[in-house]
Amino acid sequence: MEAAARAERAPGGLPAWLLGLIPLALIGAAIGAFALLGGPGLGERTGPPVEEVVVERTTLRPGEIELTLRNDGPDPVDLAQVAVNDAYAPFTASDGTEIGRLGSTTLTISYPWIEGEAYEIFVLTASGGTVDASIPVATETPEADLSFYGLMALLGIYVGVIPIALGLLWLPFVRRIDARWVGALIAFTVGLLALLGIDAALEGLDIAATAPGAFGGAALVFAGALVAYLLLAGVDAYLARRRADAGGTAAQSGLYMALLVSIGIGLHNLGEGLAIGSAYATGALALGAFLVVGFAIHNTTEGLAIVAPLREGAGPNARARFGHLVALGLIAGAPAILGAWIGAAAFNPSLAALLFGIGVGAIARVIVQISPAMRNEEGRILHPLSVAGLLAGIALLYLTGLLVSV
Amino acid sequence: MLGGALAAGASLPIVQGLLPRESGGPTGASAMSGHGSHAGHEAFAHAGFAPGRSVNHRANGFNPTELLRDFDYGKTRRLASGRVLREWEIVAQDKEIEVAPGVKYEAWTYNGRVPGPTLRAREGEKLRLNFLNASEHPHTMHFHGIHPALMDGMPGIGENRGAGQIGPGEEFTYEFDAEPFGLHLYHCHVSPLASHISRGLYGAFIIDPKKGRPDADEMVMVMNGFDTNFDLGNEIYAVNTVGFHYVNEPIQVSRDELLRVYLVNVLEYDPLNSFHVHANFFQYYPTGTSLDPSEYTDTVIQGQGQRGILEMKFPFDGDYMFHAHVSEFAELGWSGFFRVGNPSRLTAAAASAAYCDLPWGKT
Repeated sequence: MEAAARAERAPGGLPAWLLGLIPLALIGAAIGAFALLGGPGLGERTGPPVEEVVVERTTLRPGEIELTLRNDGPDPVDLAQVAVNDAYAPFTASDGTEIGRLGSTTLTISYPWIEGEAYEIFVLTASGGTVDASIPVATETPEADLSFYGLMALLGIYVGVIPIALGLLWLPFVRRIDARWVGALIAFTVGLLALLGIDAALEGLDIAATAPGAFGGAALVFAGALVAYLLLAGVDAYLARRRADAGGTAAQSGLYMALLVSIGIGLHNLGEGLAIGSAYATGALALGAFLVVGFAIHNTTEGLAIVAPLREGAGPNARARFGHLVALGLIAGAPAILGAWIGAAAFNPSLAALLFGIGVGAIARVIVQISPAMRNEEGRILHPLSVAGLLAGIALLYLTGLLVSV
Repeated sequence: MLGGALAAGASLPIVQGLLPRESGGPTGASAMSGHGSHAGHEAFAHAGFAPGRSVNHRANGFNPTELLRDFDYGKTRRLASGRVLREWEIVAQDKEIEVAPGVKYEAWTYNGRVPGPTLRAREGEKLRLNFLNASEHPHTMHFHGIHPALMDGMPGIGENRGAGQIGPGEEFTYEFDAEPFGLHLYHCHVSPLASHISRGLYGAFIIDPKKGRPDADEMVMVMNGFDTNFDLGNEIYAVNTVGFHYVNEPIQVSRDELLRVYLVNVLEYDPLNSFHVHANFFQYYPTGTSLDPSEYTDTVIQGQGQRGILEMKFPFDGDYMFHAHVSEFAELGWSGFFRVGNPSRLTAAAASAAYCDLPWGKT
């Protein structure tokens, strides 16, 4: 008891927690003094205030254009006037025209916009600077009511749930093929996931480029990926220990691998749904039958990726029941519905970048986890069959992706 | 989809657009918003600034309404030769002005206003301008007129004799004869020229013919613009600096009374500007150098530096728009209204009376 107490004491006789607090207290005091003295030695800023304002959301209603603007710069910005296609237009601001650092306001501009025309808007700030916004093709933003959520759900089911469920129907085929092909099948899944991950990363970075830099911008994609990877790795380690404690084998079952793939694809589809939903809401996406069919084919390959690990021999206890398949399909496909809802109703580029990053991290983790199943009898991960599988996965996803360039 | 049909037919709040303000306070008591049964296009009657804000003319130090009929005759005295010497004090200074409600611009000015004072003289007089540069930048006064090279306000000409570019804190006296009669202008000629002009260093320069022109309600309109974000294109267009000013404060004129507009174009960054008046025609005197009009029209085009005199009478009461017939400029601020009312104004008499300020009476 005494020894323990002594161990917690530092040489000076102070408890460890206090030693931990001292630097914090000093930092606090220094910041306080610095602020009180008005930043001694720094002087005035050089040059005029920097104005950085980002357009986060554009909404069109009959006779009205709504812009949600966020101040991404260090100084407050006063939004004085608004011109649409080189004509000043009256507007009101939801949270005042002056927005502080990271603050936002929504400008409702009265303007008789015409469906199908393009609009260039500039917001003139008090200092004479301009914030530009553009509407490539004007179309009314759908109201976020019940029928709209219903439509988005239907869309999510069309492009997420149904195709994946169809893909799962390859299970009997997967079960019957020769055992030597198992590695190739897993490799096919890995190849498909790899391209999916790259695609999600690029899309996330594209969106991040339009997001306020102060919230992280592109860093959000990487942060999301890191967080998702670490969380999944943590959960996996926890589950593995529980399996070991229960006296079972630490090895992954085929069903477990399929679950991981579902989660990875599900998180990816969350971002995908987000992109579809926001594209639909801004009129950039026409919901033609071609696009829906394209998505269906595209995502059917995802279903195949999920069932690949269920091949007997890919791991112990690979027998999956019908209920399992339904759950796997929902985990992989349903997030598309949620994503579409978020994307259409409350699109925010920073959130979207983070969600795409999470999808990337999840996919990366899944790849790391299922790749060992590609091994052949000699223990090699990359062998002719697995490489062929990888290439086939990449090629199939690429080719079906051509059908759905959103 | 539904957008087009709804946009055209839905009911919308009435917004404060480019309707002339009813008489009242400076901000007016116009219809801010309501819920009428107007269709979309009626609601957005015209382009205009957002309601609830107005330009602080007091802080600017000038009001475009007053600036219209503000002619600077300088100080005069008769020389031994019998000629009139007319003298002005002009100071170039940097000044922040509000060019649209809530929008500030770091202007360079003559005598603290944009456009600079409307200098007015009579043909044949001797003119003297004591110029002090209190700005942080070098400037000159370059007059359109007939004068010796040394008096041209041109950098590089006569630098060793104190002329040419006038540095910060320096002074120079421009001296030349008032000729020819007409409507002219003056501006800074320091390079980069576009920057020095568009910042606000310009003004109208009127030389009246010896026998004068018929009595009229006279006013000056300098067509200008402001590149507030310095992208070599204007964000604000106006006459006499403040966008949509004469929409918010229509110009009061009298029915059946002769109206004379001294119109000058100094607009930078756009090759052409124009003036169009609604429901009326005017006699046009290009550069004002002839007493005979060249055209009877309702629209004129002017390049930068071009100017002319317009004469018209309004036979009917009411509000009549005038604007650049370049729709983009009109909707970015270059629009206004004449408010024609009872023929009771005697501004014409007031204007010509200014000459009586001479110690020796009207010359």
